[in-house]
Amino acid sequence: MLELQNVTVIFNEGTTLEKKALDNVSLTINDGDFVTILGSNGAGKSTFFNVITGSIPVKSGKIFLDGQEITHQPEHVRSKTLGRLFQDPSQGTAPHMTVEENMGLAISSHRSLFAIAVRKQEQEQFKQILSQLDMGLEDRLKTPIGLLSGGQRQAVALMMAVVNPPKLLMLDEHTAALDPVSAKKILEVTNQVIAKDRITALMITHNLKDALENGNRLLIFQDGKVTHDFSGQAKEQLTIEDLVHCYDV
Amino acid sequence: MSPTILMNALQLGLIFAVLSIGEYITVNIMDSPDLTVDGSFVSGAAVCAMMTLAGMPNLGLICSMLVGALCGCVTAFLQTKMKIQPLLAGILTMTGLYSINLRMMKNMPTVNLFIKGKPAPTLLSNEEFRIAILLIIVLVIVGLLYVFFKTNLGLMLRASGDNEVMVKSSSINVDSMKFLGLGLSNAFVGLSGALLAQFQGFADISGGTGMLVLGLAGIIIGEAILKPKNVGTGLIAAVLGAIIYRFLYTIALRLGFAASDMNLVSAVLVAITISIPHLQKLMKGAKNNA
Repeated sequence: MLELQNVTVIFNEGTTLEKKALDNVSLTINDGDFVTILGSNGAGKSTFFNVITGSIPVKSGKIFLDGQEITHQPEHVRSKTLGRLFQDPSQGTAPHMTVEENMGLAISSHRSLFAIAVRKQEQEQFKQILSQLDMGLEDRLKTPIGLLSGGQRQAVALMMAVVNPPKLLMLDEHTAALDPVSAKKILEVTNQVIAKDRITALMITHNLKDALENGNRLLIFQDGKVTHDFSGQAKEQLTIEDLVHCYDV
Repeated sequence: MSPTILMNALQLGLIFAVLSIGEYITVNIMDSPDLTVDGSFVSGAAVCAMMTLAGMPNLGLICSMLVGALCGCVTAFLQTKMKIQPLLAGILTMTGLYSINLRMMKNMPTVNLFIKGKPAPTLLSNEEFRIAILLIIVLVIVGLLYVFFKTNLGLMLRASGDNEVMVKSSSINVDSMKFLGLGLSNAFVGLSGALLAQFQGFADISGGTGMLVLGLAGIIIGEAILKPKNVGTGLIAAVLGAIIYRFLYTIALRLGFAASDMNLVSAVLVAITISIPHLQKLMKGAKNNA
């Protein structure tokens, strides 16, 4: 369970460019929720992610993950229990390292530092994980990941994020930079892996249809605040027209 | 050229291969050239020279690695905790090290490895075994690093140089990786300086000048020949390149270049090699316009 209590973030404080990126936001995300998040540019969606991961400090307020306060925990410590995917597929993987080395990296923090990262056993595990994608990646374990297409890289990055199921999976427009076919595929796989381990997930998107068709809850951010919050049935009955009225796209 | 000169070149090539391996870690793995090298090379030589004079030549080699690692950690500290730009951090450490090195050498610009008028015994004293010993040292280092870069920690270090954005959002502590990488790199740089001191029979306070570029030249020549696709071949390329460079160096000396001209030769070589992709683009552009 993720809980934000009165979280405020201010950029450029004390200058003419001062901007409240998050304005006293309080929010609870329950275990197993798959929340889609909409909002125009600058509404605070990415800042919301960045305070959870710790890459931006909060001005005031508190953040709890599974009852433990993480407001001031260093980024690399929280990351052990968080999974994150970016819009740009090249951000989620190390280009000169092979597919299996990238996968190995994803599980490395739970293992002995001086153990060989990818042995036969891990190779079998990675093959089995990647074969779920149906993209033939299980046969390309030795390929440097920079040689793969954006969709393939994003698919590997997704598997890296969930190979040890995270407490929270954060998807930051992770299909926006992909061609329509790859985007559809990645979204399908996203739903599969989330359902399989009942992962709590947040997904930022600009695609209203994706926001409606995925997940069990929908948030709309505007001017640093959560202005709308639809759950369960209320979300299922939403239409694109309703959403258009909720915020200026 | 006489066999003696060729053997000499091979031995020096192996010694500078250790330097190139060290720089390979910062330049290729961490993607951030480190200027500490010109200082830590002398630190390694100075420590080893003083310990050799005290009758502990082998312990001196080990200590040269420790001192080198410490120098690298100082640079890492400046980069991560003091937020100083990587290049400037290296320059600061290198500059400060000059004074420390001189102190270690008891304020003498050169320390000769003679005890009571006789050459001090070292690991490299026996000329018959010298090449074998150097070859073993280089092969052991390459082997250990090859395995290390396949461990979990090795993958973390490589990833932090390959995609820092990704690593920052992961559970890997980027700062720790900088300490690890710079420490490891300069440990080998220090060892290279120490081996050179034992080989030459003296340590020189200005012996570090141009070492960064010299090590780079080795890496670049090796890359041009082997076109390495992974870390294993990358390390071998660095060794091979360092040895080839030393042979070219020997030939250049025979052609009448002065030893002091070689820094210019190395600098020009590195500059041209690095700009080749850009020059090729320019040439293509010129052709397309014609």
